[in-house]
This record gives sequence, structure tokens and C-alpha cells, in this order.
Amino acid sequence: MSQMQLFFQYVRRNIPLGVGLGILVILVAFTAIGFLFIDPKVDPYPLAAPARVPPTLNWCPAMDPNCAEPKAYPFGTDAQGRDLFAVAVTGTWLTLYIGLFAGFAGIVIGTILGFTSAFYGGTYDAVVSWMVDVMLTIPGLLVLVVIASTLGDRAVDLNMMALIIALISWRGAARVIRSQVLSMRERSYVMMARLNGMSSMGIIFRELIPNLLPYLGASLVGAVTGAIFASMGLAALGLGPLREPTLGVTIYWVINQSAFVQGLWWWGAVPITIVALIFVMLFMISIGLDELANPRVRRAR
Amino acid sequence: MSRFNWRYVGRRFFLLILVIWTAITINFFIPKITPRNPLREKLMEQASRGGYIEEGFDEMVAAYEARFGLDQPLWRQYVNYLADVMRGDLGYSISNYPATVVDLVGQALPWTLGLLSVTTILAFLIGTWMGAVMAWPKSSNFMKYVFPQFLILGAIPAYVVALILIYFIAFQWKLLPLAGGYSIGQTPRMDWAFVLDVLRHSLLPAFALLLTTIGGWVIGMRGMMVTVQGEDYMTFGEAKGLKDQRLFMRYGVRNAILPQVTGLALSLSVLISGSVLVELVFQFPGVGTLLARAISQLDFFMIYGINLVIIVSIALAMFLMDMIYPFLDPRISYDK
Repeated sequence: MSQMQLFFQYVRRNIPLGVGLGILVILVAFTAIGFLFIDPKVDPYPLAAPARVPPTLNWCPAMDPNCAEPKAYPFGTDAQGRDLFAVAVTGTWLTLYIGLFAGFAGIVIGTILGFTSAFYGGTYDAVVSWMVDVMLTIPGLLVLVVIASTLGDRAVDLNMMALIIALISWRGAARVIRSQVLSMRERSYVMMARLNGMSSMGIIFRELIPNLLPYLGASLVGAVTGAIFASMGLAALGLGPLREPTLGVTIYWVINQSAFVQGLWWWGAVPITIVALIFVMLFMISIGLDELANPRVRRAR
Repeated sequence: MSRFNWRYVGRRFFLLILVIWTAITINFFIPKITPRNPLREKLMEQASRGGYIEEGFDEMVAAYEARFGLDQPLWRQYVNYLADVMRGDLGYSISNYPATVVDLVGQALPWTLGLLSVTTILAFLIGTWMGAVMAWPKSSNFMKYVFPQFLILGAIPAYVVALILIYFIAFQWKLLPLAGGYSIGQTPRMDWAFVLDVLRHSLLPAFALLLTTIGGWVIGMRGMMVTVQGEDYMTFGEAKGLKDQRLFMRYGVRNAILPQVTGLALSLSVLISGSVLVELVFQFPGVGTLLARAISQLDFFMIYGINLVIIVSIALAMFLMDMIYPFLDPRISYDK
């Protein structure tokens, strides 16, 4: 209980972190509760809504004799008969899932590379540093476009997509962790531990990793942001599993079918609102973590 | 210029070469490690369009493979590919044959470069100035407390903001055109009417990119300005009784701007992804729209070619910026 109180006390001082986590809780609650009301195997896919129901925001009126099956479409339906509420629920979950999967995979690769290269130095360090420099120069989305378009849409499911995206999401983490370890290695508490006879492994896990945690957290948020951006960008370009109702794919159809010009504003409004919420959430959390890792930032406000 | 640091130049040049080589190698090897055969798929597609012919199909594939040199050993193909790219030969567009990839990308590239360079420079200047003002203690309260709330826009991808702009400004209020680079029926030419038409069409894409990229510069500059204000020379300048304007520009901004310039080079590779997607939303006639069309038509040479051209242009731009940097920060150009 006191732990919880401490947490809330801290969040009251670190407002961006609080706002970010708040949005995250709302989004998770929305999908978790939303899944109770939909059939995830049918509803978010085309032709889920009866063909009679025009793309509309209105609920199918129960008293209307033509309405055989009264069903609510609180977010409306799209021109291909998806229930947009179901799309919102599944899409939010799938998009967060891809982002977290690719982000975590990227962080693991990046941390291992950054850590080992800072620790061992020498030729290995030089190779890793050059690799990071080259990969940071190349626009990640384009590499992913080449890979995803070459594999084709049939070979790429959601997990495959996340793995492909992980190929670029390690770069930031590798650079940050490497520079942090390089500077921490020389700090007095590490010297102290070494003089006290602590083993290398002991130093890594007892001294370095705890101090790296804020940076790891910030890198993770950065990697997740990048991964969600990449997955949505690929979908918007028409790559990856276009059948899955992710938010990116929904936006692809909105662009592809010129939903706004047809006047179907809710078709675009649903994914755009959730996407905006997701990115604002990640932005807020990253600002909050920045403040946590580096209290000097606080002076900036 | 005698003290110009050649090691720095050499290191940057090596990185440039390495980036270009990596891009070419990715383009060459990624298609080889997948079981797909684009040639076969394309022929299959054409065959099925004109009634399916079973016999002679494998021979046809083999003939085309020999025609494109795909029957040679891998290393040989790789060397050929490298040589072709060096000569500026990126092959033909499959769906617009006989137009070459270089021709098509060449037509689209000025549009993208125009859009990207104008918005990047504007965003950099506006954002840096705003960040500096925001961190300055003597600024108005609006700049210090109200304005930062708008930075949140920088978190949202540019093409999502673009969709919102299209709906309200172009569709609902009909203030600006919905899509395209110029009005339908116009042909690109050099007169005022056409230039104005292009500007009208570019305004929304540029605005979407501006709205979403200014925030990053503001945040970076504000942080650096705060750090700079803690430096001794600022206190000294103030104690000397320097004018506020001079203290702000020559002491504050001049020193805080250096990391921003480094950031400008690094940000290009992120910016291009954003602008590719914004182009797609607006059907702007740049490489982004070209890329999306190539993807939907399975035009592989086109995809690889666009990829390569963008990576090389970005790498060159970054190289040039890094070469300018020592002139802004004399500490770099001195030998250690």
C-alpha cells in the first residue's frame, strides 16, 4: 500500500508520466472490456455488418421492421462492412502488440550489442559502432519496405511483421546503452566495487543494470514508438498483412477508398483518434521517463 | 584552412561510402534470400491475363533469366549489379516498360526534395527560434507556459495530421485542393500561373510536415538554452551589462544552436519516412507516391531503385551538412 502511495506521490510531481500512464490504462481498459462485446473472429473483418446496413454512424433501429437483427454500431461501419467498434478494439490491441513485441525484441538486441561493445571494446566495438552509425543513416522504413515487399503479403503475418520491424528498432538502444555503459564504467562506484573484489558479472548485474534502468525504459519507449510508426507506415504503403484489422491497415483503407471524400468521416476518425492517443501516450511517458532519469531536465520547465 | 581536420573528413567520407554500399547490398541480397521469383510471378500474372498457357512457361522463365543475367553465379550477379548501379543504371520499371527507373525517379525526385527541403529548413528555423524564446526568462508568459502545450502535435505522425487537415481544410471548408501536385489538366511548365497552382497544392502537405516536426526542434533548443544559461560566460555577460538582445543572440542562441545543427543532419533519415507517407496521403507526385504505386503493382526494380536513390540522397545531404559543421563549431576543425 505504501508503495502505491509513493508511486502516486511521485506521479503528482511528474505530470507527463501520469498523463501518459493514464492514457495507457484507458486504452488497455477499452480493448479489454471491448473484447467482451465483440466476436474478434468475425466483427472486425469485411462483411461483418449486414449488407443492408449502409456505412453509417447510426445504430440499426430496433423498431424498424426492415431491421432483422438489431445491433448497435456505436462507431459506425465502413464501406466494406466492418464494425468499426470491433476494428477499434482489435486494432488497438494488435497495434500495441506489434509495437511491444518489436520494441522488446529491438531493446534486447540493442542492449546486448551496446553492452558488449562498450564492455569489450577493441575491434568488436568499432564494428558495432560503425554498424549503428550506418543503420542510423539509412531511413529504417525504406529497408523495411524492401524486405516486406520482397517477402510478399502472404508470407508475412503479424508476428513476422514484428520481427521484421525489430531489425531496425535496436539501433537507438544500442547507441544509448553503449554510451551510458562507457561513462558508467569509469564512475567511482564501479571502481569501488571492483576494488572490493566484485566479479564482472556482479558489477554488471548489481551496479550497472540498476543504474541503466531509466535509460532502458526510455529506450524501450523510443523503440516501441518507432515500431508502431514503422508498422503503420508499412501498412499505409500497402505492405504486410492487409487482412488484419490493425489501425495502420484501417488507415490504409481510409486513404485507399478516399473515405473523407466520400463523406464517411467516422471511418477515418476512429483510427486517427486512437493512433493520436497512442502516440501522445508514448510521448508523455518518454518525457516523464526523461525527467526520472535526468532530473536536470526539470529545470527546463 | 591549414588546420582543417582531415581525419574527420575521412571518417565521414568512409561512412558515406559504407552507407551507399550497405544500401546496394541490401537491395541485392534481400530478394535473393526469399523463395519468391518476381520474374516468374510477373510472367504468371501476364499469362493469366491473356489466357493461361502451360507449355513453354518454364522455358520462357529460363530465357528471361538468361536475358537479365540471372543464370550466372551469385557473386557474378553481385559484381554486375554493383557496376550497373555505379553507372547509374537501376533497370527498367516493370509496369511502365520501357521507362527506366532512373527516369521515373528523376521526374519525382524534385517534388520530394522541394517539399522536404523547404519544410525542413522552415521547421528548423521556426522551431529553434521558438525553443530559444521559450527558455528565455524575459519572454512573455504566453510563450513560456501556453505555447509548449501545442508541442504535443509533434508526437503524432505527419500523415495522420495530414488526414485531419484534408478533411477539414480541403474537404469541409474547400480552402485548398484535396490532392495532387498541380490541377488536373495542367502540364508542368514555367510560368506564374503554374507555380502558384503548385504552391496551392503543396501548402497542405508542407503544413502537415511543419506542424509535426517543429516540436522536436523546440524541445531540443529549449533544453540547450536552459543549459547554456547556467554557463559562466552568461553570468559574466549579464554582469558586464550587455543588452538583453545581444546576450540572447550572440551568447545564448549562438552556443545553444550547435547540437541542433548536428540534429538536423541526423533527423533527415527520419524526416524522409514521414514525408514519403504524407506524399502518399496527398497523392503528391513525389517519390513517396511513386513508391506506393510501385508496391501495389509489384514493380520490384522500381521499389529497390527508389530505396537506393532516397538512401543515397539522404547520405549525401548528411555528409554535406557534416562538412559545413566545422565552420560553425571551430572546436571540431582543430587537430587534437
